[in-house]
Amino acid sequence: MSAHEESGPRDRMIHPEVAKAGDESERGQDGRRLDHAEATTRPISAEPKAKAVREAQPRGAKIRGNRPIDQAEAAERFLAAPLHQKAHDERLWDLRKKRDTAAFGIPEWEELRDLASQIKAHTLSNLDRYLEEFEANAKANGVHVHWAADGAEHNRIVHGILKDHGAKSLIKSKSMLTEECGFRHYMAGTGIEVIETDLGERIQQLDNEEPSHVVVPAVHKTRFDVAAVFAKTMGTDPENDDAHYLAESQRMHTRPLILEADAGMTGCNFAIAETGTVVTCTNEGNADLSGNVPKLQIHSIGIEKLIPRIEHLGVFLRLLARSALGSPITQYTSHFRAPREGSEMHYVLVDNGRSERLGMEEFWTSLKCIRCGACMNTCPVYRRSGGLSYGATYSGPIGLIIDPTFNKRKYSTLPFSSTMNGSCTNVCPVKINIHEQIFAWRKVLAEEHQIPLLKQGMMKAAGQVLSRPATYRAAIGAADSALRALPRFAVYNPLNTWGKGREMPDSPRQSFHSWYKQNRMDKKPETDA
Amino acid sequence: MRIGLFVPCYVDAFEPEVGIATLELLERFGLDVAYPFDQTCCGQPMTNTGCHAEAAATEALFVRNFAPFDYIVAPSGSCVHQVREHLTAIPQTDEVKAVRGKTFELVEFLHDVLKVDAFPWAEFPHKVGYHSNCNALRGIHHARPSELNKPAYSKPLDLLAKVKGIEIVTPARPDECCGFGGTFSVFEPAVSAKMGYDKVSDHSRAGAEYVVSSDSSCMMHQKGCAARIGVPLKFIHIARILNGVSA
Repeated sequence: MSAHEESGPRDRMIHPEVAKAGDESERGQDGRRLDHAEATTRPISAEPKAKAVREAQPRGAKIRGNRPIDQAEAAERFLAAPLHQKAHDERLWDLRKKRDTAAFGIPEWEELRDLASQIKAHTLSNLDRYLEEFEANAKANGVHVHWAADGAEHNRIVHGILKDHGAKSLIKSKSMLTEECGFRHYMAGTGIEVIETDLGERIQQLDNEEPSHVVVPAVHKTRFDVAAVFAKTMGTDPENDDAHYLAESQRMHTRPLILEADAGMTGCNFAIAETGTVVTCTNEGNADLSGNVPKLQIHSIGIEKLIPRIEHLGVFLRLLARSALGSPITQYTSHFRAPREGSEMHYVLVDNGRSERLGMEEFWTSLKCIRCGACMNTCPVYRRSGGLSYGATYSGPIGLIIDPTFNKRKYSTLPFSSTMNGSCTNVCPVKINIHEQIFAWRKVLAEEHQIPLLKQGMMKAAGQVLSRPATYRAAIGAADSALRALPRFAVYNPLNTWGKGREMPDSPRQSFHSWYKQNRMDKKPETDA
Repeated sequence: MRIGLFVPCYVDAFEPEVGIATLELLERFGLDVAYPFDQTCCGQPMTNTGCHAEAAATEALFVRNFAPFDYIVAPSGSCVHQVREHLTAIPQTDEVKAVRGKTFELVEFLHDVLKVDAFPWAEFPHKVGYHSNCNALRGIHHARPSELNKPAYSKPLDLLAKVKGIEIVTPARPDECCGFGGTFSVFEPAVSAKMGYDKVSDHSRAGAEYVVSSDSSCMMHQKGCAARIGVPLKFIHIARILNGVSA
């Protein structure tokens, strides 16, 4: 969602109570449906004046320490909330369609993807050199540079900087890296207030939920859900789910906090080695507020965000917003290079498992990811499960291949939450072979016995049957007659996971095998029935 | 040219008419087609679940059965993709590599190897939605996937265009996965079924009477989904249409 930076006086906004009967609140002043940079609003109810059916927001996966995430269970609860599921699917499919239009508007699109992939491969293969170059140039620009081996060290460093300056509040723009580090949770115990300035991320912060998507963090929520969160946390009208009203209320509530903040923080989309610059791409301008308003600014940077030179930035900028949202570029592309007069600037370069991943033969290219979310938008499983069903910082296809590098046991189930259809690989702007890595992870996890014993046992049994023709023939015969003989209630029991949502296939009179034996071994051809 | 006919396990057990149509269709072109009698499966259920060691004996059996042929043809993009890309649990001898290289899916065999230009016996005067199996589409390149900014082509639609009376209708999300996904269909049944419901509804809204595919596995799933939610669609394998089934 996008805050309306240029919106006029409040009385010009269309409020449901002043709008004409039949007017949908999510239409703009020109009568057209609001088309935000990051999504198109959609009416939940076809008849806005009718009492809309409310539906409780389905919550994410149950986290039980290190135990494997049950994504299927959480997805089933998401599917049990059809209004949420439908809105989620349609919003994200809309982004996929816009992505196609934008991508197909550039004749050299596929060459751009190749080029971006090669630049990333080159940079990652020479990462030590580029990191040193980046650090040297940043220091020359007057930036304090810190190195964090993991998330905990990142949090300690940032906390230390804030303490040294006596900061009581920190405004920050959205950063998946700080989510990965558990930064907000850590800060909750320090007495320093953290205020998210990205609208979607702010909604998630106020609701005490993780982002469900790397670009549109609250995309799993409906306007009703947002209205409920704002009513509880900011005292807005719980019955008013008008998008303008909600965005404006948040803005009025958060602006004073931004203006009074002691420190600001952003993530980083691209870190340019030759200039020591951090580049952020946003649609709300909130990274600029976070970086430029307070006198103390901190930028958290994953070490894989490096690109060699400023000339390479254009390649990625052309791909990023088109892949993410179908727009040619984000509203704001901000370059942070040196502290302003009288202010202080810090970079925290974070490893948190990246060096180790760089050494993984089959999985290192996942470090090319520029966090555009295109793989999530196109993923048919993600669109029907919701990002929170993955129980991890990174959800959807890219999450399936990154998450196990953080915790192999906890995220051992995730690579199985995929049909391996390959659409993710085709939309990836840096050409990560996502679905092939999902396949490769399954092998690694099975070999290390990180898949359920039952599943592995079933596969062992299947392998034994399928490698012995006589045993296999006996099993096929048994399956045939069992299907014919069993009454419907026996086949559709709770243990029959096929029959739960689908009818069983018809069982033919005869297998191909026995047809062939009967008709061809005796040389008596028949025609197709 | 000696052709080894590979009939995938679920075709053998649930859709024998697809195996019969494939055999007859190949024979119409004067080919010498044999069905190795001890065949079972390509090993995909195990490898897709990560259990490569458990697939090794099945893969070895596959190679033993099919090594003697010039080409191996199967009416399934999914199984052919497994053989070509993922039959790696056994040592990659010259024999194994040769078998993997000469295994073809029926549509691509007709289109690329035989270069068939007519099916004079085929007539199917119905509205048909084509379902691309994801392995056939993105794994063995049956057609241009909707994500790529590349010139459009489609081998299955090229072949169907040679069938008299057929009308192709296109769903709103033409190559969205139907949710079968092999063992995904039983390990993630809720999402799998929902994807199936959405897929068959999309075909139905586009006006299809029939869904046609080169893969029976996807259609078995979609058929079960359509029957469950009451979408009036019929399902038929492309081999049967090209072989001139009347419906």
